[in-house]
Order: sequence, then C-alpha cells, then structure tokens
Amino acid sequence: MDWEVVIGLEVHAQLNTATKIFCGCSTAFGAEPNSHTCPVCLAMPGALPVLNAAAVDKAIALGLAIGAQLNRKSIFARKNYFYPDLPKGYQISQYELPVVGRGQLTVQMGDGIEKVIGVTRAHLEEDAGKSLHEAFVGQSGIDLNRAGTPLLEIVSEPDMRSSAEAVAYLKKLHALVRYLEICDGNMQEGSFRCDANVSLRRPGAPFGTRAEIKNLNSFRFLEKAIEYEILRQKDILESGGSIVQETRLYDANRDETRSMRSKEEANDYRYFPDPDLLPLVLDEARIEKVRQGLPELPDAKRERFMQQYQLSAYDAGVLTAGRDLADYYEVVADGVEGKLAANWVMGDLLGALNKAGVEIQDCPVPAEKLRLLVQRIEDKTISGKIAKDIFEEIFHQGGEVDAIIDSRGLRQITDVAAIAAMVDAIIAANPQQVAGFRAGKDKLLGFFVGQVMKASQGKANPDQVNALLLERLQKAD
Amino acid sequence: MAFDQDAVRRTAHLARIALPQEEVPAVAGQLEKIMALVEELRAIPTEGVIPMAHPLDLEQALRPDLVANQDARQRLMANAPAAEHGLFLVPKVIE
Repeated sequence: MDWEVVIGLEVHAQLNTATKIFCGCSTAFGAEPNSHTCPVCLAMPGALPVLNAAAVDKAIALGLAIGAQLNRKSIFARKNYFYPDLPKGYQISQYELPVVGRGQLTVQMGDGIEKVIGVTRAHLEEDAGKSLHEAFVGQSGIDLNRAGTPLLEIVSEPDMRSSAEAVAYLKKLHALVRYLEICDGNMQEGSFRCDANVSLRRPGAPFGTRAEIKNLNSFRFLEKAIEYEILRQKDILESGGSIVQETRLYDANRDETRSMRSKEEANDYRYFPDPDLLPLVLDEARIEKVRQGLPELPDAKRERFMQQYQLSAYDAGVLTAGRDLADYYEVVADGVEGKLAANWVMGDLLGALNKAGVEIQDCPVPAEKLRLLVQRIEDKTISGKIAKDIFEEIFHQGGEVDAIIDSRGLRQITDVAAIAAMVDAIIAANPQQVAGFRAGKDKLLGFFVGQVMKASQGKANPDQVNALLLERLQKAD
Repeated sequence: MAFDQDAVRRTAHLARIALPQEEVPAVAGQLEKIMALVEELRAIPTEGVIPMAHPLDLEQALRPDLVANQDARQRLMANAPAAEHGLFLVPKVIE
C-alpha cells in the first residue's frame, strides 16, 4: 500500500525596511559587527520597543495579496528561550492574534493543473543576531546587527502532497514577496528561508507524526530534503517503528536530514502578551492606502499576458514567474509580435542567462536592444538565424544592433534576381538531388534550402528561397 | 493543577535558575499555592468577555521607517564582559 506525504511550510521573509522592527537602527547588510545596534535591540534595561510603520504596511500588503483576513487588532507576545544571539532572552513575536489571518495561494503545477494551498496565518516578529564560531577558541562571537530585523513568518496549512507542490508553493510565495517589494528574496543571505513539516500517512488516514526540517535555503534543498525525509520515514514505518516528533537539520553536503535532539527540551516557549507593546490596531484607511499601492500581482499579470500578447498559459506563466522578467518581456513586446518576443525572451535570453549564471536584473542586453533586434527580424532586415548570432555577440561583447548589421554586412538579401542566381547555381551543381526531388523525394527540399542559405552566408530571405526553389525544381527541364 | 517537584525543576531549568535540590520542596509548595489562586480565577465564567492583552485602553503607536541611530558601538559595548573585533564574546555555543 502507498504512503501519502503531507507537507506544511513555514517561511520567514525578512521585510526590506530601512530600520529594524522596534528601533531606529539600520538594517543594511554587511556593516561592521554591532555597528547597527542601540539600547533597544541590545536589550539594555529600561529600553522600550516602538513598532515600525513600514513593517506593518508590508505585512498588510502580503495579507491583501493572498486574500487573507487582516486582523483589525493583533497582539505581540514574548517567545521565551535562551540563546546568546537573542539578547532579551525572548523574541518578540505574535502568537494568539497574528496580524494576518487565513488566506490562500494558488500554484500552477504541470499540465495546467492548479492547486490551492491554504495559508494559516502570517505574523510579525524580530530576527535574532548571528553567532560566529570559527574565529575564537572556546568562545563564540556575537554580532547583533541583524537582531531586531523585521520578519514576516508565513505559515501554510499542511496542504501539499509532494515535494514538487512544496517547491511550487515556495516559488510562488517567493515571486509574490518580490512583486510586492516587501522582501529582497535573497535565499543565500537568508532573507527568505523555509522550514518544512513533513509526515507520512496512508491515504485517507489521520495525519502522521511530523518532523520539522530546518535550514532549507534553496528550492533545490527543499525538494531534496523532503525526498530524503519521505524515504527515511517510510523505512521506519515499514519496519514497524514510529516517527519521533523532532526538529531535523538538512545537511546539503551529505544530502540527509539529521536530528537536533538538544533543541527538544527547549521547546517550551511560554508565550505571553508583551506588556511593552500595546495592541496593533489596523484601521480601514491604513489598509486602503496599502491596497491602492499594490502592484499588479502574478496571477493577474499572467491572465493579462495571455490576453494582451496572445500567449499560452505556459508561456505567460514562465514570463510572469518573476517581476523583473515580466517587466523585461513587456519592454521587448512593446511594438513587436507577442509570441515572437516571448520565444526570444524564454529561449535565447533565458538560455544565455542560465548558461552565464546571470540573473535577469543584471542582464547585459537591455530589453530595448532585444526589441530592436526582433524588430529587424520582423522588418526583414535580417533573418532569425543571423539575429541569433547578433544576440550572442551583444550578450558577450556588447554593441549596437544596427551598427553590427551594417558593419558586418548582415543585411538580409531580398533581391529576387540575386536569390534566383544562387538558386540556379545550386540546382545546376546538384543534378543528382534534382533528379531525386523530381522523382518524389520531397524531403530533399531541405537540402536545397540549406545549400542556398549556406551560399548566401545565412543572409538570403528563407521564404523567398523556398518559393524560388519550389518554382525552379517543379519546372521540368 | 499540581506543581510537583519535577515541574519545579523543569521550570527552573527553562528560566536558567540554579535551584538547589533542598529548596525544591519549599518552592513547589509556594508555586502550588499560586497555581491554586490561578485555578480560582479560571473558575470565573468569562464567556463573551473579550480577552484583554493590555490593561491600558490604548493602541500601539507607530514609528516612521527612518534611521535614527548612529553607530555607538564602542559606548554600547563598554560594559560587555568580553568583546573582540567588535563582537561580544560568549562561551562556545555550537552543538
């Protein structure tokens, strides 16, 4: 009998505010250790937290984007535990009444299948500092620059049933926070991180005992950690054992999850309302102001791309997966045929970026330049094949589209007499193939087209070549 | 709710309080009395009463997102028992 995997994700998104959540210290990354600290985030006696308005607005934006219930009154609570990177001995978080209540996210799986994943809640909290273990013997160094950075913890329902669904959900959420510009989404630097709750059950049975996997800082690690965890739990259950509810750490080097037993005892956080903070009240004006400022969201953009540019659901999905790519595409598609622009962006451009390991934001070919290149195909100045060569050149060495076309003489040959001369020469030089074609080997047309294109160094207009070849070949001697 | 000696030891550990074994029975007795008071409070019918998170009938004030603090590391670290290269030093905490 089969096992069904049940997955829920907890995502911590670092909100890209200028200052920390409860004090006016900068959140800029990479500063000298402890240079972005003050009595509040260092937990000096008597220091009091004051909530950052921008953190609240960013939480509201996420709530609106996932169609969530926004709690008009939410409460900050203390989560108590001891660790040196947590100076107060508690983390200010939200527990019983989070700012964002129940919402949902729709993910697109392959084959046009959509799945709705429930979001249980999202709450505001502060990040901890960083411990550095390497530089000191028998001691750890503590940098509290990150302590107090605002986080939005987004908790899903246990609605996912495969690692692919979990990855699709995480990608969608990642795209969403980037669209909303509430988080920079940098997973390597830890601005967007994920814990996964994974359990197995027989289909239809109650949920099994779950393990919580920490330290998943890429989409690939999420997938691999879940796959590993499914096998581990299956082994235990099928040999008659039972799963221990525990926290496990994913080790990417060994591709396995490991128990973090020592953390278990500490798992009693004794939450209680923080007396230093009053209830957070959201009024309609505040919510409305955030709503007015919302950008077009991925689902709406996808629908619009399908309508406006006549794209398939798949193409529109790829192009709107990230806001930067979608913006790039729209510049290219402004004035050229939508599907042709999509082919170039999804094919040549993404291929080249992928190969070079470059993100779209740092693309060496500006969108306006790619648009001009596509326009030169459309106005028949160059062939698609030549355009690919020019694109490669601009991607790696830079340069201007028209200048390259002119200086290298790449202009497409559309002069009928010139093409006809080439066609005649090729026909004269290949009597055997001509005989073959006339005997019914239609496929030989490709051979002739190839020969003519080669003779013209790729510059002959392929449509004209085709037409002339057919005309000459079908004419009997 | 019973507050036995195990619960006392566990609570002390969670709060990082070094409680000598000989004091545990006495503390257990004291906490038991406090819990009895809590039990009494719990018996009060509170259905339909909105939970109160704060005694003051006020809302949280919000602060504009503007950097207000300059680097004051030296002054702030002055009373740290141990510091080096701008880092606070603590006993090794890695597992």
